[in-house]
Amino acid sequence: MLQTRVIPCLLLQNQGLVKTVRFKNPTYVGDPINAVKIFNDKEVDELIFLDITASRTGQLLNLDVIRAIASQCFMPFCYGGGVRDIETARQIFSLGAEKVAINSFALQQPQFIREAADLFGSQSIVAAIDVKKNLFGSYRVYDSSRGATIDLDPVRHAIAMEQQGAGEILLTSVDRDGTQQGYDLELIRRVTSAVGIPVIASGGAGNLQHFVAAVKEAKASAVAAGSLFVFYGKHRAVLINYPDVAEMERLLA
Amino acid sequence: MIVIIDYGMGNVGSIQNMLAWIGVDACVSADPEVLSRADKLILPGVGAFDNGMRRLKEAGFVTLLNELVIDQQKPLLGICLGMQLLGTGSEEGLLPGLGWLDAASHRFRFETSLLTLKVPHMGWNSVEAVAQSPLFAAIDAPRFYFVHSYHLVCGCKADVLAQASYGFPFVAAVQRENIFGVQFHPEKSHKFGMSLLRNFAERC
Repeated sequence: MLQTRVIPCLLLQNQGLVKTVRFKNPTYVGDPINAVKIFNDKEVDELIFLDITASRTGQLLNLDVIRAIASQCFMPFCYGGGVRDIETARQIFSLGAEKVAINSFALQQPQFIREAADLFGSQSIVAAIDVKKNLFGSYRVYDSSRGATIDLDPVRHAIAMEQQGAGEILLTSVDRDGTQQGYDLELIRRVTSAVGIPVIASGGAGNLQHFVAAVKEAKASAVAAGSLFVFYGKHRAVLINYPDVAEMERLLA
Repeated sequence: MIVIIDYGMGNVGSIQNMLAWIGVDACVSADPEVLSRADKLILPGVGAFDNGMRRLKEAGFVTLLNELVIDQQKPLLGICLGMQLLGTGSEEGLLPGLGWLDAASHRFRFETSLLTLKVPHMGWNSVEAVAQSPLFAAIDAPRFYFVHSYHLVCGCKADVLAQASYGFPFVAAVQRENIFGVQFHPEKSHKFGMSLLRNFAERC
């Protein structure tokens, strides 16, 4: 059994699936339901879907897409994007998602995590934290809803999210997103050494050795990847794929 | 034809789609006539115990299911709350269950040394078959996805088919004759869930 969760993290924009580089230039990579169907065949233990327009534009949830994902997805999945009230979270759970990720709204109202965790259980609430280095090379929390970093240390924010009752942290490096150059191990290490809840490393995975480094060196509990699972080869041809589970088991053991 | 009983407790789309994916003829229905024509039944369920029993009662399904499952011996698979409803009751509620199994659901409680374990138990877990059953036939190293705060305690150990462990071993699957139940979600457990549902369709 693969003890470390290796999670495809898929980005939604309108009805389609996209992939970004450093949170910019979303490239269309296909239909989300088609991707789910391919992952159904590959012994994927968990999926994350993030709607990258929902929090920026404040647009309403794409309920039809979530419902379609839920009924085609033969594995648990987490949905994030534009969740800023309990009713919305309740709707997402009732459509069949197992977890909800909360990002920008937790920056404005950290106690929303507490409210959601009390109602739905910590296990169902993922605090998503995006991090970018500022001009001085310091890690700062990046707020997608504003498209800018804010003056908040990600480690401090991660601790606050844990205290509010988040069940896990999805930690994404904006600078590494889509680059496939490897995770920001220093960032992951800082956060994993400061909190007790599981940290999912995200941003930069380009090969299986990157997973190993995030888990063994930086102590991530789980690893997420986007490009690695939607592109193939150096020309980044779109091809939904998932590594051989037995090989990952061997590497991550 | 397998009929997935629609009584308003949770999204049943993924169960139906997984059955379609493995080529099993199935439909979701709340129509007593469709239920009566079923070869086999699936009782799904996400939510609170009393709410589940109340909805079954209001739809007239308690009487109907007794006819179909007890009198006519149609195979039925309860999933998650659907398994807990097979018993006599639950700490979660006041209403009696279907009462087909001498079993009741209890909330997870841990000794102080294990208090870091969260409730609900949520995530993938290995499942160990403790009795021979067609339901688990040919599933190698089974593991399944669980989300639950209550677990079934069986008065009759012979009903226990499989166990998983969360702080202590608990009942993960039951069988008494044509009545089957699983605490986990096969519809969220990819290839393991597909094998189990295929077994239910073809071997049970």
